[in-house]
Amino acid sequence: MKLEKTGGILIVRLDGELDHHYATKIREAVDGAVMVGDVRKIIFDFTGVGFMDSSGIGTLMGRYKLMQTLGGSVGVFGISPRLDKLLSMSGIKKIISIYNSEKEAVGGVS
Amino acid sequence: MQYSNEMKIIFPNKSSNEGFARVAVAAFAAQLDLTVEEMSDIKTAVSEAVTNAIVHGYENLKGYITVECKILDNTIEITVNDSGHGIADVEKARQPLYTSRPELERSGMGFTVMETFMDEVSVTSALGVGTTVTMKKRISPKE
Repeated sequence: MKLEKTGGILIVRLDGELDHHYATKIREAVDGAVMVGDVRKIIFDFTGVGFMDSSGIGTLMGRYKLMQTLGGSVGVFGISPRLDKLLSMSGIKKIISIYNSEKEAVGGVS
Repeated sequence: MQYSNEMKIIFPNKSSNEGFARVAVAAFAAQLDLTVEEMSDIKTAVSEAVTNAIVHGYENLKGYITVECKILDNTIEITVNDSGHGIADVEKARQPLYTSRPELERSGMGFTVMETFMDEVSVTSALGVGTTVTMKKRISPKE
């Protein structure tokens, strides 16, 4: 996992298998970076994620709630068809933005 | 019933074993002629069941989780068992978006995912005894 902060955007580059074990680490790292301040949007890069279970949905929901309290937003890109199936099932696509590319995700910041 | 093959693994309820469990089951299931999609379905369902056992079955206690796999013709049956707290209301637990531990950011989608990716899911649970989740998936015949 790599975190990159540019302006008010925090890009979280995930890799490997997003299960409950990894979700705990993501939560700690991302919330830590957000608490430092000046993050208006979190963008998750899923390009390197080969596996995800419902823990990934919980992680996104949690970050959405966090950003909502701070007046910010959450977006994702790099979603494979497999991951898209899981996201669709949960209804989370109604509250977070799904982008086709990193450029679109970064440019989509209001 | 005469199974053509079967296996059993037992491991402690450490979250680092979630990955081990789904890879072990996937390796066993590979003897069936699976598509990539079917393999992902099985891995995801196993991950959900094992995570439930770790997060909810034992909560902060230590315990062991047993995963058994059986192959009968073109069907794989996977059983995930814990000897933990048990579930008071199984029907409620199976509702989409229901979670008993929102503070852990569980999405409440675990059983829904298992039901979506497997053909049959049954849950038996008793308070103070533990929980057993049995899932079956029929593998489609290939050309």
